[in-house]
Amino acid sequence: MKKLQHKKTVSLVGKAPAEPLSRRDFFNRAWKWLGILAALEVTGMFTAFLFSGKSKKQSAPKQLLEAGPVDSFEKNSVSAFMGGRFYLARQKDGGFIALSLRCTHLGCSIAWEASKNRFICPCHSSAFDIAGEVLNPPAVRALDYYPVLIENGIVKVDIGTIVERSSFRKDQLQYA
Amino acid sequence: MRSIFLHLHPAKVDRSSIEFNRTFGLGGMAALLIVVQLITGILLRFYYTPVPGSAYASVVFTKNQVLFGQFIRNIHYWSGVFLLLIAFLHFLRVFLTGAYREIRTKNWLFGLLLLVLIVFLNFTGYLLPWDQLAYWAITVSTNMIGYLPLIGESLRTTIIGGTELNADTLRTFFTFHTAVLPLLLLLLVFYHFWRVRKAAGILMPEAQEKPEMIPVVPNLVFKEFIVALVLLAVVFLFSALFNAPLLEKANPAYSLNPTKAPWYFAGVQELLMHFHPIFAAFIIPVSVAAFLAWIPFLNYGQAPNGRWFISEKGLKSSVTTAKFAVIITLSGILFNEYILNFETSFSFLPAFVSNGIIPLLILTGLMAGYYQFYLKGQSLSKAELVQAVFVFIIVAFIILTLTGIFFRGKDMALTFPWRAF
Repeated sequence: MKKLQHKKTVSLVGKAPAEPLSRRDFFNRAWKWLGILAALEVTGMFTAFLFSGKSKKQSAPKQLLEAGPVDSFEKNSVSAFMGGRFYLARQKDGGFIALSLRCTHLGCSIAWEASKNRFICPCHSSAFDIAGEVLNPPAVRALDYYPVLIENGIVKVDIGTIVERSSFRKDQLQYA
Repeated sequence: MRSIFLHLHPAKVDRSSIEFNRTFGLGGMAALLIVVQLITGILLRFYYTPVPGSAYASVVFTKNQVLFGQFIRNIHYWSGVFLLLIAFLHFLRVFLTGAYREIRTKNWLFGLLLLVLIVFLNFTGYLLPWDQLAYWAITVSTNMIGYLPLIGESLRTTIIGGTELNADTLRTFFTFHTAVLPLLLLLLVFYHFWRVRKAAGILMPEAQEKPEMIPVVPNLVFKEFIVALVLLAVVFLFSALFNAPLLEKANPAYSLNPTKAPWYFAGVQELLMHFHPIFAAFIIPVSVAAFLAWIPFLNYGQAPNGRWFISEKGLKSSVTTAKFAVIITLSGILFNEYILNFETSFSFLPAFVSNGIIPLLILTGLMAGYYQFYLKGQSLSKAELVQAVFVFIIVAFIILTLTGIFFRGKDMALTFPWRAF
């Protein structure tokens, strides 16, 4: 009875020839939009909760690791610094580069094979030369490196900053 | 309780629909293994510490100091392996009897989703022991994500919470493995069962006479009980005889040689040995997934008949296609390994072309030839043709996976299983 009356009122008030919005429809729509809004709010809150804590972690500041005096590294030799996760490679011409031990293919730790004069990745046998350049695929990118500083004849490596590169260039080397 | 359990079934079923070799009880087996995983997983959680410094020690403690610790851990390990295998076989059975379209379309899609969930449950669990095997397998697998175009690298660092595996990675994987994924899995399993009821049970071949309806209790329930007991016996036997692997504690400075992805990703890893990473880790897997999700929506012109391989002709073309897939996959692997390395031979081209587009074009050409000279002459129906493509993909995937697991040894060189282990 009540429903009938209510319908009648609306149709009397309605001006447009299109179906007028009944009170019931209005509330249904309102609930629907409120529901969508609530879902969006919850999604936003969850996303903020999950990701804000992770992104706040600051990138490490300059972290210098002293590798040793320049003269203690022979030319054309490689020394491992497992604690700093790098190999300090001194080239034939005396230039230094600190190569990350992560293979650029799938992230395994490479090993220096002195007899073959190359780094070899145990996972998919990618190979890199003493400057980190790719010798054998599947890796497509040269090894990442850490900046080297030479102060008062002491070689220091900034293990807080990792540099990605596609291939080796001469200016990546540091000279005493 | 009793009525909840029995609600999975109707009151009466067609006698011929519950013959064991119609479905091999694979779906039910998977459901049982999920229950086993829940129970043993909860037990293991009472002793596990999800922190890199103590995770490994807590697993060793569970294994060596806790009564039945090794046994419970073994059950969790083996039923995880079996669950994935059985879910895969279930997926094959459903496809090969044609139960993936019409009223079953939704359940096919949710079934695929369940398969993916089970893979992710296995994958997140793989890291938790934090031993060398776990550390390097997850390192290699998460690095594959980095090759996705555009979003790859940021997705990878978001998932592992840094540039290499760390305490955040372990905590995230632990939360997914023990809360998010099991909950989703349970919800979807119930939905999956409900959709089977909605489709009025399994897809049956058209019968000559009226089906004979028999009560589910005891007929079906009794069979299910037998299957459950045999399956549990096999899992317990494996767990008593073979220990779940546990190597020394994870050491980020030293990679295992060889480092392999978890066994279910061995196929993708094998593809990575032959294709540029964008093809192996992205284009090929995504195309296969898209194909599987797309097949229910094709217009086949007639309803599935519920028979294995559709028809005699369907069986014959599937067997030939399987042989073709074995030959082409094996010879492809050997050719690429020993005769022609596309990347080094065509080093003047970008690796994306030399090791991606070129080998893919060659493979496509061979498949087009196979279609032209064999499949076309068989006058197959559309469903039979889709079936041939499906069989090709599955067989190639199995060959790649087996090669990755058993025939890759030191430095990931090809070798024989007795030398690889």
